[in-house]
Amino acid sequence: MAIAGFYLRRLYTIFKGEVLVLPSRVVVFLFFLAVLFLPIVTQDPYLLRILILTSIFAILAASWDLLSGFTGQLNFGHALFFGVGAYTSALLNLHARIPPSGSIPLGALAAVLAGLIIGIPCLRLRGTYLALTTLAFPIILMGIVFAIPSITGGELGVSGLDRLSRSRVSDYYITVVLMLGLCTIMWKITDSNTGVIFHAIREDELAVRTAGINTTRYKLLAFSLSGFFAGIAGGLYAHFMRIAGPSTLEVSMSFTVVIWAVFGGIVTIYGPVGAVFILFPVLEFLRFWPEFRMLMFAVVILFILLYMPDGLLPWLRDKIEEECPRCKIRNVATRKTCRVCTAPLD
Amino acid sequence: MIIDIIISGLINGSVYALLAIGFSLIFGVARIVNIAHTAFYMVASYCIYYATHQMGVHPVLAMLVAIGLVTLIGLICYKLFIDPIREHEAAVLIATIALAIAMQEIMLLIFTGDFLSVPALVTGYLKIFEVKIAYQQLLTFAVALLILAGVWALLKKTRLGLAVRSTAQDREVANLMGMNESRVAMMTMAVSVGLAAFAGAVVVPLSVVHPHMWMHPLIMMMAVVVLGGLGSLKGSFVGAYILGLAESLVVFLIPMGAFLKGSVALSIMILVLLIRPEGLFGVAFEEER
Repeated sequence: MAIAGFYLRRLYTIFKGEVLVLPSRVVVFLFFLAVLFLPIVTQDPYLLRILILTSIFAILAASWDLLSGFTGQLNFGHALFFGVGAYTSALLNLHARIPPSGSIPLGALAAVLAGLIIGIPCLRLRGTYLALTTLAFPIILMGIVFAIPSITGGELGVSGLDRLSRSRVSDYYITVVLMLGLCTIMWKITDSNTGVIFHAIREDELAVRTAGINTTRYKLLAFSLSGFFAGIAGGLYAHFMRIAGPSTLEVSMSFTVVIWAVFGGIVTIYGPVGAVFILFPVLEFLRFWPEFRMLMFAVVILFILLYMPDGLLPWLRDKIEEECPRCKIRNVATRKTCRVCTAPLD
Repeated sequence: MIIDIIISGLINGSVYALLAIGFSLIFGVARIVNIAHTAFYMVASYCIYYATHQMGVHPVLAMLVAIGLVTLIGLICYKLFIDPIREHEAAVLIATIALAIAMQEIMLLIFTGDFLSVPALVTGYLKIFEVKIAYQQLLTFAVALLILAGVWALLKKTRLGLAVRSTAQDREVANLMGMNESRVAMMTMAVSVGLAAFAGAVVVPLSVVHPHMWMHPLIMMMAVVVLGGLGSLKGSFVGAYILGLAESLVVFLIPMGAFLKGSVALSIMILVLLIRPEGLFGVAFEEER
């Protein structure tokens, strides 16, 4: 009893010292709570459906950020990973009768393979060349999909897959928990040594290579990691919608991912996730004016970029938090002195 | 058959060349990856449709008006949305994607998603080896070549062209030599959007006009630019004809070819890049560090 009390008190101290001190961490904590406990408040299937799709696309947007935001390898063909994941898990499920718990990871592995295959030619290119070349791969695959309709279903796609689970609420929990878990893993990766090297590759690849680091290997690693997470998103999408169609490979899909990530703020992981959670439901609720939906989406993005070109969430974060000039630790904007080194903030 | 392939390949190739040169110009000078480039081409096609069908203007006049109008729209969009965020490359990219989507949606609202068409400027056809070649096709091809020659002259023979080329080579040094970089970028944007509008004008009598017509040329244009080498006019020119001919070969010779035309063209691009990472005629840009 006393030990339990001790650990609880310690947990509370850590919580107070690490989470409550910064508004951004409080927001993340509240976000976790909100998405985990939402089904207790409402079980409206339509709302749950929107949130499931939002979570799937949040994984996708975050995985784009992991590759393109962190290592700076602009990938315009992210739909390739999504589509490969979706089609592989759909075909495995339909023909080999593998349940979703097996077909989604296998789909993700196929996406890793795709990442390696496109990574090897692409790593010789840089910057805009790379961006424009990666755009080509999903289109090539889409041509193949259309050319062999006997296997891929052509324009109609592969349909009639198993459900993710029995009920909508358990679907919701599977995707949301996966989303929270995978995004945390991605955030941890970017925070690790590997993540530091990714950062460095974006800033100055030559310097990283001079430091004796095999940048090609790290870039391939970024391609496969990103492909893995995007492949999981694709598999989840296929099993939730119960269809894997050519729409998963479209150019507009790749572009939408880029829009989400840049709108939310690249090189953050939380930025793209937040952006999807803002933009996707908003777009869904704008369905009352279907003809103005995409137009408003585009106009909102244009105007937000004019005022916050670094993305929405980093901009908001800079408004409520301030970096200590001496020890580089973040503080609430209302504080006069730094919470760690007591240097005056201004 | 062979003549059909050559004709459609040459016409596609010239349109891609017009688009790709405009795209690589603005990329070279201002480092803007303008996804909205082909959206301007679509808007120009719609302007011509509107002027000829709704207002009854003569097609040639309609084309000239459309080119002027679209160039103006392009400059306004540039000033309003792209110029203020020039230093954030990712943001510029998204801004151009959003612009393209916005234009597509506006056209969808005004003209609905119907497939529209504009009558040919000249009717009648020529017969070579039992193959019909419409005069319109020849006209399109000739005009496209003429414009390409005009662009070449503008870049190589005028002071503006000199400024554009030197800014593309090294922005900072060009600035030090007294060239107003932002004005050069502005002029290049005008030329680039004008070329896109021209491409729309030459292609509109031969194709259907619909709000999604910018997608396929966008992809092909990017492939051409990468294949030929970013910033190389000769490369864009050669690359455009290679991909245009490849596309029509696939369409005519392979069953289900219409689905595969994009794939084959893009595979050619990737194969070339495997051998020459900077494209056929690529000039390595200075490392920006």
